[in-house]
Amino acid sequence: MSEAYVLHVNGEEYAVADAWLGESLLYVLRERLGFPGAKAGCEQGECGSCSVLVDGVLVCACLVLAASAVDAEIVTVEGLQPAERGAMSDVQRAFVETGAVQCGFCTPGLIMAVHALLDQDPEPSDLVVREAISGNLCRCTGYGRILEAVEVAARRRSGGPDGAGAGGARGPGR
Amino acid sequence: MPVIVADSVEHALAALTEHPDATVLAGGTDLMVEVNDGRRIPSQVIAVGRVAELAGIRVDGHTQGATIVIGAAATFARLERGTVAELAPALAYAARTVGSPQIRNAATIGGNLATASPAGDSLPVLVALGATLEVAGPDGRRRIPINEFFTGPKRSALAPGELVVAVHVPVRRGPQDYLKVGVRNAMVIAVASLAIAVDLEAHSVGVGLGSVGPTPLAAPDACEWIADRARWDTDHVTVDPGDATEFADRVAAAARPIDDHRGTAEYRRNAVRVMAGRALRRCAR
Repeated sequence: MSEAYVLHVNGEEYAVADAWLGESLLYVLRERLGFPGAKAGCEQGECGSCSVLVDGVLVCACLVLAASAVDAEIVTVEGLQPAERGAMSDVQRAFVETGAVQCGFCTPGLIMAVHALLDQDPEPSDLVVREAISGNLCRCTGYGRILEAVEVAARRRSGGPDGAGAGGARGPGR
Repeated sequence: MPVIVADSVEHALAALTEHPDATVLAGGTDLMVEVNDGRRIPSQVIAVGRVAELAGIRVDGHTQGATIVIGAAATFARLERGTVAELAPALAYAARTVGSPQIRNAATIGGNLATASPAGDSLPVLVALGATLEVAGPDGRRRIPINEFFTGPKRSALAPGELVVAVHVPVRRGPQDYLKVGVRNAMVIAVASLAIAVDLEAHSVGVGLGSVGPTPLAAPDACEWIADRARWDTDHVTVDPGDATEFADRVAAAARPIDDHRGTAEYRRNAVRVMAGRALRRCAR
């Protein structure tokens, strides 16, 4: 057993008591604090489904020792949403509109990766986008519509034409 | 407190002295895989990733004879660009091949060294560049040349109670490269890897090999041989095509590969031969 510690998640403080010291941040978020958005896929840093931001940096929550993340600002996919229930972030909306969500398991991790990308680089090139999501495995979409979703979200952020009409289009085959 | 988050090197060393069996945690990308899998059950963890002294990257000395001092907790994401990309490009190339963005944001060069896997991506580059490690322990600090640091698979000369605090990387003026063979581009552990660094001032060539022996390996005989055969100019080096082939054979002879689930010894030795020839041709005229 580890002594109780406090984590800062999505702007709030949470006490974690009676935890085993080896618990990952992913486990603590999902099983102790009620944030099931980050998904437990491979639990070895290969799939990216558990991606969260720790002090603004995109990491796999499964590879963060929870008790070492005290004093860090942790943001999960739940923390990206606007306050109204059911509202979506711009990236989430772009994913829905372009059909970039199929089974949905990889989606929260990809949403975090794309937010991390666009917050740093609002107009990423195709190669930069591909690199930024290279740590997030999706076995449904073939990535075409995910790339399209990123393009739509980026275009809207930079004030370009609304990309909503592209929802039915095929993923970029270029 | 079973998890100690150290705020200074002294704090971490004191904690290590108090808890000799503690597990040191840096980026967590190796350790947590074992913990999640139940292969490792730590009873005490000392986290060093937030020690400010370990995070720095600075350049010591002037352009000639300069050294990049990389703090052990510097992440691969930080090695990909900036000072390291400018002054030790092969290290930046290697950093870019580590895992995924998420992994590179967490994994540290000190962790790569302390884990001492033969497949650690930064290690062949540090061998090729002739880096020196700075380690701190209860009796003070000492320096360990990279070619004396690795003692076996996942074994190093790090004594109990010691921490890697920095790696000192000589700035070498001349072309460098890093080549890595794996099953795909992203998220791959090297089946074989090779780093090369040409030093146009010292008229020397350095090579480091990964995943083809119990430790990262150097190829000193091949390097001395080609340095003698090459024609050195101020801004480039020239090598005869036949000598490049002979160099590749000599580098391959330095490999000590085994068969495992990622590849056969024969394949690995051939991969080293191909990479060595290709790397030299890219770096020389």
